Amino acid sequence: MPASPCALRPLHLAFALDGPARRARRGPQAYDPEHYVRLARLAERGTLDFVTLGDSFARPGPDALAVLARVAPATGRVGLVPAVTTTHTEPFHVSTAVNTLDWVSRGRAGWTVEVSRSRAEARLFGRRDAAPADALWREAGEVADVAARLWDSWEDDAEIRDAATGRFVDRDKLHHVDFRGSSFSVRGPAITPRPPQGRPVVVVDASARAAREVAAAHADVALVRAEDPATAGDARADLRERTRALGRDPDRLRVLVSLPVELYCSGDAVGLADLIGDWHADGVSDGFHLRPADPERDLARLVDGTVPVLQHRCLLRRFYPGATLREHLGLPRPANRYAAARKVAP
Amino acid sequence: MTTTTAPSRAPSAAPPLRRMHLAAHFPGVNNTTVWTDARAASQIDFASFEHLARTAERGRFDFFFLAEGLRLREHKGRIHDLDVMGRPEAITVLSALAAVTDRLGLAATVSATFNEPYELARRLASLDHLSGGRAAWNVVTTSDAFTGENFRRGGFLDRADRYVRAAEFVATTRALWDSWPTGGTARPVAHQGPHFSVRGEFTLPRSPQGHPVIIQAGDSAEGRDFAAATADVVFTRHSTLEAGQEFYADVKARLAVHGRDADSLKIMPGVTFVLGDTAADAQERAATIRRQQVSPQNALVALEQVWGVDLSAYDPDGPLPDFDPDPDSQLAQGRVRIGDPKAVADRWRALSEAKGLSIRETVIETTGRQSFVGTPAAVAEEMAAFVAGRAADGFILIPHLTPDGLDGFVDRVVPLLQERGVLRTEYEGATLRSHLGLPEPVRPAGKG
Repeated sequence: MPASPCALRPLHLAFALDGPARRARRGPQAYDPEHYVRLARLAERGTLDFVTLGDSFARPGPDALAVLARVAPATGRVGLVPAVTTTHTEPFHVSTAVNTLDWVSRGRAGWTVEVSRSRAEARLFGRRDAAPADALWREAGEVADVAARLWDSWEDDAEIRDAATGRFVDRDKLHHVDFRGSSFSVRGPAITPRPPQGRPVVVVDASARAAREVAAAHADVALVRAEDPATAGDARADLRERTRALGRDPDRLRVLVSLPVELYCSGDAVGLADLIGDWHADGVSDGFHLRPADPERDLARLVDGTVPVLQHRCLLRRFYPGATLREHLGLPRPANRYAAARKVAP
Repeated sequence: MTTTTAPSRAPSAAPPLRRMHLAAHFPGVNNTTVWTDARAASQIDFASFEHLARTAERGRFDFFFLAEGLRLREHKGRIHDLDVMGRPEAITVLSALAAVTDRLGLAATVSATFNEPYELARRLASLDHLSGGRAAWNVVTTSDAFTGENFRRGGFLDRADRYVRAAEFVATTRALWDSWPTGGTARPVAHQGPHFSVRGEFTLPRSPQGHPVIIQAGDSAEGRDFAAATADVVFTRHSTLEAGQEFYADVKARLAVHGRDADSLKIMPGVTFVLGDTAADAQERAATIRRQQVSPQNALVALEQVWGVDLSAYDPDGPLPDFDPDPDSQLAQGRVRIGDPKAVADRWRALSEAKGLSIRETVIETTGRQSFVGTPAAVAEEMAAFVAGRAADGFILIPHLTPDGLDGFVDRVVPLLQERGVLRTEYEGATLRSHLGLPEPVRPAGKG
């Protein structure tokens, strides 16, 4: 990566735009798009890989994916990763919405896979009872699976616009996905062409045991909540091992330590740079996802205090080397499974 | 309805000036949208949506409109490959457009069949907050199992049940929108009906315009009643001045039953247009566009949709089949079925014989001809006559090119409409409701 003269392992940084869940987003700024635009632009100034925005039907706040779609045209580089839940939504709609976020952000979309566990959320829909975490995460894995199949269901060169034959698409390059999960099925293909990144970045918080297998099977980025380097290192090793066991290349999975931060002063910001540097040197993570106590204050301190120190120490890039979130993360654009299958077939 | 000089069809007495409402429909995934033209650009890049939305805002339009499709159409068991296809999810695109427009309303078509009221109410309310009160929802229903194959519910409905379910859906959505008064706190909603059970608190305060604007498309009797009971805007098919007046009077008359006044529902036909420097130039352009829209391959597909059998061996420049259509055909999926194929076939054959038209010429003649064709002055005059004559409150314009199909209209027709005093020169309010002159919905008593 030419961005760093220091030839170190790249360090990836992400920031949660929402405060802690206990401090419910009830203030008027939670519904003000400019609030999110300000924060995302600040994160972009700090060359962060991406920002996340949590979501839940159980607490006040707008739809996270819509908020980050609103932020997209007001930013140019930073990755945009909303939480989207899979329990009460249609898998087809989830796939289409995340795909569309990738189009409107020109290749900067990701998606944090979440489940809705509470009875309160179940009652808002009246379709099914609350279920145990294991069952919900199994279904979430299926939703992540079918979403990715739908993203692949248009090959990249499916649109041919061939005036001579009158054909807009080559329909041999559009594919029914015919997915049958344990609780739903989807015929396909997608109604939306393959997104700019091929597949938007899939993020899974793998801290809970029930989510770990889903992360190993489907995530590009796994978040791990850990309080010390040893725990983080163990979790990373476990995730990489599971990934390998599933036949995936573990180097295609970025494991970020998800840390709560509270930066009261510039000294705290430098302290965070020290901590990040130490953990990163130990090889226990590929980067950090920071969860602030106060998003505005803590992001400003991070960008003005922590980031310059990390850059000075050659731990962090000084500019974005690419345009898409996959490029920031050093992840290749995935090959299309259907195109590969078609080339193998006689 | 392609007349360019129609003074005799305009009302004879000078009526009071009635301002018109205009909306821009992003070109759709059907053969109205021409992709073989050298100027046709991406139907999916955000830049195309941004260009068309900014153009509409420059023309002081009320809103920008996105259609919906939930399954790619199929023909003869294979994906239909002749038309523009592939589109993004509407609410997400509109949320992004809120960042690059200031006043333009943002309307999403979303099925009430393949969504849940809580989730959709929340997504629409989010768009409304993120755009400062500019959101609209075009409520549509779907009754085919073909589309249902993409969904968890798999569900599809009897035609008769569609509007019943849609009415309950919209009522539930409104109860949620009303449940959190501005400046207050969320109050629990408890809805229990035949189609939905929703209990709990909403996650957003009341929207900046009270409720997002409700649009309804559909000309059937059930659709008209649903619109009169529920909608703020009706998106109807375009027709002649007389048929438009009849539809307009019928729908407006249904409002009284629901205690609504005539101005509380706007009737906006979807229309196409072709401009030229002279009337003859416009007619020539219109003919060229029709030939682009109906390629030889598309003509055969249109024919097969009526006949319901494979006609790929037919010559598009030759005569129509001499046998009758198959009434039970499942050839075309994901399209509205043709009501009585035999009657359509008879009409087409009669026309073909009378005028000596080929298959392609017959399809061109009988399907989707442009609504307004003429010089900018003639088009402005005719549109104003429709509104003055109470055949419409405005129009949803459907350009045939992405993304600059609206440029000529905004550059050349809009100034003439503004000169006539029938189109605003500046936005007066900030919300879509204010553009449409709709009152803010009254919250039922006892809800905050």
